[in-house]
Amino acid sequence: MIGNVPFVVCMVLVLLGLWALLFRRNLVKIVIGVKIIENGVNLYLVATGYVRGGIVPIYTYAPPDAVMVLPTPQALTLTSIVIGLATTALMLAFVVVIHRHKKSLDGRKVTELSG
Amino acid sequence: MSVVVKTIARILVPVILVFGGYVILHGHLTPGGGFQGGAVAASAVALLLVAFGAPAVKRLKAPFSVLEDLGGIAFVVLAFLGLGFTFFANSLAGMGGLFGAPVPTGPNAGILNSGGTVPLMNWAVGFKVLGGLGAVMVLFGLFGGDDDR
Amino acid sequence: MRRWGVVVTFLIVAGCLLLGAARMRPFGAPRYDLMDRYFNAFSQREAATNNVVTAIVFDYRGYDTLGEATVLFTAVIGVALVLRRLTR
Repeated sequence: MIGNVPFVVCMVLVLLGLWALLFRRNLVKIVIGVKIIENGVNLYLVATGYVRGGIVPIYTYAPPDAVMVLPTPQALTLTSIVIGLATTALMLAFVVVIHRHKKSLDGRKVTELSG
Repeated sequence: MSVVVKTIARILVPVILVFGGYVILHGHLTPGGGFQGGAVAASAVALLLVAFGAPAVKRLKAPFSVLEDLGGIAFVVLAFLGLGFTFFANSLAGMGGLFGAPVPTGPNAGILNSGGTVPLMNWAVGFKVLGGLGAVMVLFGLFGGDDDR
Repeated sequence: MRRWGVVVTFLIVAGCLLLGAARMRPFGAPRYDLMDRYFNAFSQREAATNNVVTAIVFDYRGYDTLGEATVLFTAVIGVALVLRRLTR
Protein backbone atom coordinates (compact mmCIF):
# COMPACT_ATOMS: atom_id res chain seq x y z
CA MET A 1 0.00 0.00 0.00
CA ILE A 2 1.80 3.11 -1.17
CA GLY A 3 -1.19 5.43 -1.45
CA ASN A 4 -0.47 8.66 -3.23
CA VAL A 5 3.32 8.68 -2.88
CA PRO A 6 4.13 8.57 -6.67
CA PHE A 7 2.00 11.66 -7.35
CA VAL A 8 3.63 13.53 -4.46
CA VAL A 9 7.10 12.57 -5.71
CA CYS A 10 6.27 13.96 -9.17
CA MET A 11 5.07 17.20 -7.63
CA VAL A 12 8.29 17.44 -5.57
CA LEU A 13 10.21 17.13 -8.83
CA VAL A 14 8.11 19.92 -10.37
CA LEU A 15 8.77 22.10 -7.33
CA LEU A 16 12.54 21.51 -7.54
CA GLY A 17 12.47 22.69 -11.15
CA LEU A 18 10.35 25.69 -10.18
CA TRP A 19 12.86 26.60 -7.46
CA ALA A 20 15.69 26.52 -10.00
CA LEU A 21 13.56 28.61 -12.36
CA LEU A 22 12.88 31.29 -9.75
CA PHE A 23 16.11 31.58 -7.81
CA ARG A 24 18.93 30.80 -10.26
CA ARG A 25 20.42 33.45 -12.51
CA ASN A 26 22.49 31.27 -14.81
CA LEU A 27 20.53 30.75 -18.00
CA VAL A 28 21.77 27.17 -18.47
CA LYS A 29 20.54 26.32 -14.98
CA ILE A 30 17.16 27.84 -15.85
CA VAL A 31 16.98 25.55 -18.88
CA ILE A 32 17.84 22.61 -16.60
CA GLY A 33 15.01 23.70 -14.30
CA VAL A 34 12.57 23.71 -17.19
CA LYS A 35 13.70 20.20 -18.10
CA ILE A 36 13.20 19.01 -14.51
CA ILE A 37 9.65 20.43 -14.48
CA GLU A 38 8.97 18.69 -17.76
CA ASN A 39 10.25 15.35 -16.50
CA GLY A 40 8.12 15.68 -13.40
CA VAL A 41 5.03 16.31 -15.50
CA ASN A 42 5.86 13.38 -17.78
CA LEU A 43 6.27 11.07 -14.78
CA TYR A 44 2.97 12.35 -13.40
CA LEU A 45 1.21 11.56 -16.69
CA VAL A 46 2.60 8.03 -16.77
CA ALA A 47 1.70 7.50 -13.10
CA THR A 48 -1.84 8.62 -13.87
CA GLY A 49 -2.31 5.70 -16.25
CA TYR A 50 -1.09 2.94 -13.97
CA VAL A 51 -3.49 0.16 -13.07
CA ARG A 52 -2.63 -1.99 -10.07
CA GLY A 53 -0.94 -5.19 -11.20
CA GLY A 54 -0.99 -4.07 -14.83
CA ILE A 55 1.56 -5.01 -17.48
CA VAL A 56 2.82 -2.97 -20.41
CA PRO A 57 0.12 -2.72 -23.13
CA ILE A 58 1.86 -4.92 -25.69
CA TYR A 59 0.40 -8.25 -26.77
CA THR A 60 3.66 -9.85 -27.94
CA TYR A 61 4.29 -12.77 -25.55
CA ALA A 62 1.93 -11.26 -22.99
CA PRO A 63 0.70 -13.60 -20.27
CA PRO A 64 -2.92 -14.62 -20.86
CA ASP A 65 -5.66 -12.77 -18.97
CA ALA A 66 -3.28 -10.08 -17.76
CA VAL A 67 -4.65 -6.64 -16.98
CA MET A 68 -2.94 -3.87 -18.95
CA VAL A 69 -2.15 -0.30 -17.92
CA LEU A 70 -3.86 2.57 -19.75
CA PRO A 71 -2.10 3.23 -23.07
CA THR A 72 -3.30 6.77 -23.83
CA PRO A 73 -1.21 8.60 -21.17
CA GLN A 74 1.86 6.76 -22.45
CA ALA A 75 1.20 7.85 -26.03
CA LEU A 76 0.66 11.46 -24.95
CA THR A 77 3.85 11.33 -22.85
CA LEU A 78 5.74 10.18 -25.93
CA THR A 79 4.47 13.24 -27.79
CA SER A 80 5.34 15.45 -24.83
CA ILE A 81 8.91 14.12 -24.64
CA VAL A 82 9.65 14.90 -28.28
CA ILE A 83 8.14 18.38 -28.04
CA GLY A 84 10.17 19.02 -24.88
CA LEU A 85 13.31 17.97 -26.72
CA ALA A 86 12.56 20.40 -29.55
CA THR A 87 11.92 23.30 -27.15
CA THR A 88 15.10 22.48 -25.24
CA ALA A 89 17.14 22.67 -28.43
CA LEU A 90 15.59 26.05 -29.20
CA MET A 91 16.19 27.37 -25.66
CA LEU A 92 19.83 26.29 -25.72
CA ALA A 93 20.29 27.96 -29.11
CA PHE A 94 18.99 31.22 -27.64
CA VAL A 95 21.32 30.83 -24.65
CA VAL A 96 24.24 30.42 -27.05
CA VAL A 97 23.24 33.59 -28.91
CA ILE A 98 22.84 35.57 -25.64
CA HIS A 99 26.27 34.44 -24.50
CA ARG A 100 27.73 35.39 -27.86
CA HIS A 101 26.34 38.93 -27.63
CA LYS A 102 26.65 39.64 -23.89
CA LYS A 103 29.68 37.48 -22.99
CA SER A 104 27.70 36.46 -19.92
CA LEU A 105 25.13 33.89 -18.86
CA ASP A 106 23.48 36.08 -16.22
CA GLY A 107 19.79 36.39 -16.90
CA ARG A 108 19.59 39.79 -15.19
CA LYS A 109 21.89 41.36 -17.76
CA VAL A 110 19.51 40.63 -20.63
CA THR A 111 17.28 43.66 -20.23
CA GLU A 112 17.08 45.35 -23.61
CA LEU A 113 15.50 43.88 -26.69
CA SER A 114 17.93 45.01 -29.37
CA GLY A 115 21.59 44.16 -29.73
CA MET B 1 39.75 13.15 -28.46
CA SER B 2 42.34 10.47 -27.88
CA VAL B 3 42.87 7.46 -30.12
CA VAL B 4 41.10 5.18 -27.63
CA VAL B 5 37.88 7.18 -27.90
CA LYS B 6 38.15 7.30 -31.69
CA THR B 7 38.67 3.54 -32.00
CA ILE B 8 35.80 2.72 -29.66
CA ALA B 9 33.57 5.15 -31.54
CA ARG B 10 34.44 3.50 -34.88
CA ILE B 11 33.42 0.14 -33.39
CA LEU B 12 30.27 1.36 -31.62
CA VAL B 13 28.67 3.61 -34.25
CA PRO B 14 27.50 0.76 -36.56
CA VAL B 15 26.22 -1.17 -33.55
CA ILE B 16 24.19 1.83 -32.36
CA LEU B 17 22.78 2.40 -35.85
CA VAL B 18 21.74 -1.25 -36.19
CA PHE B 19 20.09 -1.16 -32.76
CA GLY B 20 18.18 1.98 -33.73
CA GLY B 21 17.01 0.26 -36.91
CA TYR B 22 15.91 -2.76 -34.89
CA VAL B 23 13.90 -0.57 -32.50
CA ILE B 24 12.20 1.15 -35.47
CA LEU B 25 11.56 -2.08 -37.39
CA HIS B 26 9.94 -3.86 -34.43
CA GLY B 27 8.06 -0.76 -33.31
CA HIS B 28 4.66 -2.37 -33.79
CA LEU B 29 5.56 -5.54 -31.89
CA THR B 30 7.88 -4.64 -29.00
CA PRO B 31 8.49 -1.52 -26.90
CA GLY B 32 9.87 1.20 -29.10
CA GLY B 33 8.88 2.86 -32.31
CA GLY B 34 9.87 5.62 -34.65
CA PHE B 35 10.74 8.29 -32.11
CA GLN B 36 12.72 6.04 -29.82
CA GLY B 37 14.64 4.34 -32.60
CA GLY B 38 15.39 7.68 -34.25
CA ALA B 39 16.70 9.05 -30.97
CA VAL B 40 18.88 5.96 -30.49
CA ALA B 41 20.30 6.35 -33.99
CA ALA B 42 20.89 10.06 -33.38
CA SER B 43 22.98 9.19 -30.35
CA ALA B 44 25.47 7.71 -32.84
CA VAL B 45 25.78 11.19 -34.32
CA ALA B 46 26.46 12.56 -30.84
CA LEU B 47 29.19 9.96 -30.38
CA LEU B 48 30.76 10.93 -33.71
CA LEU B 49 30.58 14.60 -32.73
CA VAL B 50 32.29 13.99 -29.38
CA ALA B 51 34.96 11.67 -30.74
CA PHE B 52 35.94 13.33 -34.01
CA GLY B 53 34.93 16.96 -33.49
CA ALA B 54 32.63 19.25 -35.39
CA PRO B 55 34.60 19.64 -38.67
CA ALA B 56 34.52 15.87 -39.25
CA VAL B 57 30.71 15.74 -39.21
CA LYS B 58 30.20 19.03 -41.05
CA ARG B 59 29.35 17.38 -44.35
CA LEU B 60 26.52 15.44 -42.65
CA LYS B 61 24.42 18.59 -42.21
CA ALA B 62 22.83 18.71 -45.69
CA PRO B 63 21.97 14.96 -45.80
CA PHE B 64 20.32 15.23 -42.40
CA SER B 65 18.16 18.14 -43.54
CA VAL B 66 17.10 16.22 -46.66
CA LEU B 67 16.40 13.14 -44.51
CA GLU B 68 14.12 15.14 -42.21
CA ASP B 69 12.18 16.63 -45.13
CA LEU B 70 11.77 13.22 -46.76
CA GLY B 71 10.58 11.70 -43.49
CA GLY B 72 7.94 14.38 -43.02
CA ILE B 73 6.74 14.12 -46.60
CA ALA B 74 6.54 10.32 -46.39
CA PHE B 75 4.55 10.59 -43.16
CA VAL B 76 1.97 12.91 -44.72
CA VAL B 77 1.75 10.78 -47.89
CA LEU B 78 1.12 7.68 -45.77
CA ALA B 79 -1.59 9.58 -43.92
CA PHE B 80 -3.21 10.50 -47.25
CA LEU B 81 -3.23 6.81 -48.27
CA GLY B 82 -6.29 6.24 -46.12
CA LEU B 83 -8.23 9.15 -47.56
CA GLY B 84 -10.86 6.88 -49.10
CA PHE B 85 -12.04 6.24 -45.56
CA THR B 86 -10.62 9.00 -43.34
CA PHE B 87 -7.35 10.83 -42.96
CA PHE B 88 -4.88 8.58 -41.10
CA ALA B 89 -7.01 5.47 -41.68
CA ASN B 90 -4.96 2.29 -41.63
CA SER B 91 -5.71 1.27 -45.20
CA LEU B 92 -3.07 -1.45 -45.53
CA ALA B 93 -3.91 -3.47 -42.43
CA GLY B 94 -5.24 -6.95 -43.08
CA MET B 95 -5.24 -6.59 -46.88
CA GLY B 96 -2.47 -9.05 -47.59
CA GLY B 97 0.52 -7.61 -49.38
CA LEU B 98 3.02 -5.34 -47.66
CA PHE B 99 2.60 -5.37 -43.87
CA GLY B 100 -0.90 -6.74 -44.39
CA ALA B 101 -0.90 -10.10 -42.63
CA PRO B 102 -3.87 -10.61 -40.31
CA VAL B 103 -3.12 -10.52 -36.61
CA PRO B 104 -4.66 -13.00 -34.16
CA THR B 105 -6.47 -11.43 -31.23
CA GLY B 106 -4.95 -11.85 -27.82
CA PRO B 107 -1.36 -12.61 -26.81
CA ASN B 108 0.69 -14.00 -29.68
CA ALA B 109 4.29 -14.34 -30.79
CA GLY B 110 4.21 -11.31 -33.06
CA ILE B 111 4.09 -11.23 -36.86
CA LEU B 112 6.61 -8.85 -38.39
CA ASN B 113 4.65 -8.54 -41.66
CA SER B 114 1.62 -6.94 -40.00
CA GLY B 115 0.46 -3.52 -38.98
CA GLY B 116 -0.54 -1.85 -42.23
CA THR B 117 0.73 1.72 -42.44
CA VAL B 118 2.03 1.75 -38.86
CA PRO B 119 5.49 0.24 -39.58
CA LEU B 120 5.90 2.47 -42.64
CA MET B 121 5.01 5.51 -40.51
CA ASN B 122 7.51 4.24 -37.94
CA TRP B 123 10.23 4.32 -40.57
CA ALA B 124 9.20 7.77 -41.78
CA VAL B 125 9.15 9.24 -38.27
CA GLY B 126 12.38 7.43 -37.38
CA PHE B 127 14.22 9.01 -40.30
CA LYS B 128 12.62 12.34 -39.48
CA VAL B 129 13.79 12.25 -35.87
CA LEU B 130 17.26 11.04 -36.89
CA GLY B 131 17.56 13.86 -39.41
CA GLY B 132 16.20 16.53 -37.08
CA LEU B 133 18.28 15.61 -34.04
CA GLY B 134 21.38 15.01 -36.15
CA ALA B 135 21.00 18.39 -37.84
CA VAL B 136 20.50 20.12 -34.47
CA MET B 137 23.57 18.44 -32.98
CA VAL B 138 25.76 19.22 -36.00
CA LEU B 139 24.58 22.84 -35.90
CA PHE B 140 25.43 23.11 -32.19
CA GLY B 141 28.81 21.57 -32.85
CA LEU B 142 29.58 23.92 -35.73
CA PHE B 143 28.19 27.22 -34.44
CA GLY B 144 27.65 26.60 -30.73
CA GLY B 145 30.84 28.36 -29.63
CA ASP B 146 31.68 32.03 -29.65
CA ASP B 147 32.50 33.89 -32.82
CA ASP B 148 36.18 34.26 -32.10
CA ARG B 149 36.74 30.54 -32.01
CA MET C 1 11.33 42.80 -0.22
CA ARG C 2 10.67 41.56 -3.73
CA ARG C 3 12.55 38.38 -3.01
CA TRP C 4 10.26 37.64 -0.07
CA GLY C 5 7.25 38.05 -2.33
CA VAL C 6 8.71 35.48 -4.67
CA VAL C 7 9.38 33.10 -1.80
CA VAL C 8 5.83 33.45 -0.44
CA THR C 9 4.36 32.84 -3.90
CA PHE C 10 6.56 29.79 -4.32
CA LEU C 11 5.41 28.42 -0.97
CA ILE C 12 1.75 28.93 -1.87
CA VAL C 13 2.21 27.17 -5.21
CA ALA C 14 4.11 24.36 -3.48
CA GLY C 15 1.36 23.89 -0.94
CA CYS C 16 -1.31 23.78 -3.61
CA LEU C 17 0.59 21.25 -5.74
CA LEU C 18 1.53 18.95 -2.84
CA LEU C 19 -1.94 19.08 -1.30
CA GLY C 20 -3.57 18.41 -4.67
CA ALA C 21 -1.29 15.46 -5.32
CA ALA C 22 -1.80 14.05 -1.82
CA ARG C 23 -5.56 14.26 -2.05
CA MET C 24 -5.83 12.66 -5.48
CA ARG C 25 -7.32 9.23 -6.05
CA PRO C 26 -5.17 6.26 -4.91
CA PHE C 27 -2.28 5.32 -7.15
CA GLY C 28 -3.13 2.48 -9.51
CA ALA C 29 -6.91 2.84 -9.60
CA PRO C 30 -7.92 5.15 -12.46
CA ARG C 31 -11.52 6.25 -12.32
CA TYR C 32 -12.34 6.73 -16.02
CA ASP C 33 -10.81 4.18 -18.37
CA LEU C 34 -13.50 3.45 -20.94
CA MET C 35 -11.49 4.77 -23.91
CA ASP C 36 -8.33 2.97 -22.82
CA ARG C 37 -10.16 -0.34 -22.37
CA TYR C 38 -11.52 0.10 -25.89
CA PHE C 39 -8.00 0.68 -27.22
CA ASN C 40 -6.63 -2.34 -25.37
CA ALA C 41 -9.43 -4.55 -26.66
CA PHE C 42 -9.67 -3.42 -30.30
CA SER C 43 -6.24 -2.18 -31.38
CA GLN C 44 -5.27 -5.61 -32.69
CA ARG C 45 -8.44 -5.89 -34.74
CA GLU C 46 -8.49 -2.35 -36.10
CA ALA C 47 -4.82 -1.36 -36.43
CA ALA C 48 -3.28 -4.85 -36.66
CA THR C 49 -0.50 -3.98 -34.19
CA ASN C 50 0.47 -5.80 -31.02
CA ASN C 51 1.84 -2.59 -29.49
CA VAL C 52 -1.17 -0.60 -28.32
CA VAL C 53 0.85 2.58 -27.70
CA THR C 54 2.14 2.59 -31.28
CA ALA C 55 -1.39 1.98 -32.53
CA ILE C 56 -2.59 5.06 -30.63
CA VAL C 57 0.31 7.25 -31.70
CA PHE C 58 0.14 6.41 -35.40
CA ASP C 59 -3.46 5.38 -35.96
CA TYR C 60 -6.04 6.61 -33.48
CA ARG C 61 -4.31 9.89 -32.68
CA GLY C 62 -2.39 10.49 -35.87
CA TYR C 63 -3.16 14.19 -35.83
CA ASP C 64 -1.18 14.55 -32.59
CA THR C 65 1.80 12.95 -34.24
CA LEU C 66 1.45 15.18 -37.29
CA GLY C 67 1.47 18.29 -35.11
CA GLU C 68 4.40 16.97 -33.16
CA ALA C 69 6.37 16.37 -36.35
CA THR C 70 5.58 19.96 -37.28
CA VAL C 71 6.90 21.16 -33.91
CA LEU C 72 10.12 19.20 -34.41
CA PHE C 73 10.53 20.62 -37.92
CA THR C 74 9.93 24.16 -36.63
CA ALA C 75 12.46 23.70 -33.84
CA VAL C 76 15.12 22.50 -36.29
CA ILE C 77 14.41 25.50 -38.54
CA GLY C 78 14.61 27.82 -35.50
CA VAL C 79 17.94 26.39 -34.37
CA ALA C 80 19.32 26.67 -37.90
CA LEU C 81 18.15 30.29 -38.09
CA VAL C 82 19.51 31.29 -34.70
CA LEU C 83 22.83 29.44 -34.88
CA ARG C 84 24.53 30.82 -37.96
CA ARG C 85 27.38 33.13 -38.56
CA LEU C 86 26.11 36.68 -38.94
CA THR C 87 29.45 38.02 -40.17
CA ARG C 88 31.08 36.46 -43.18
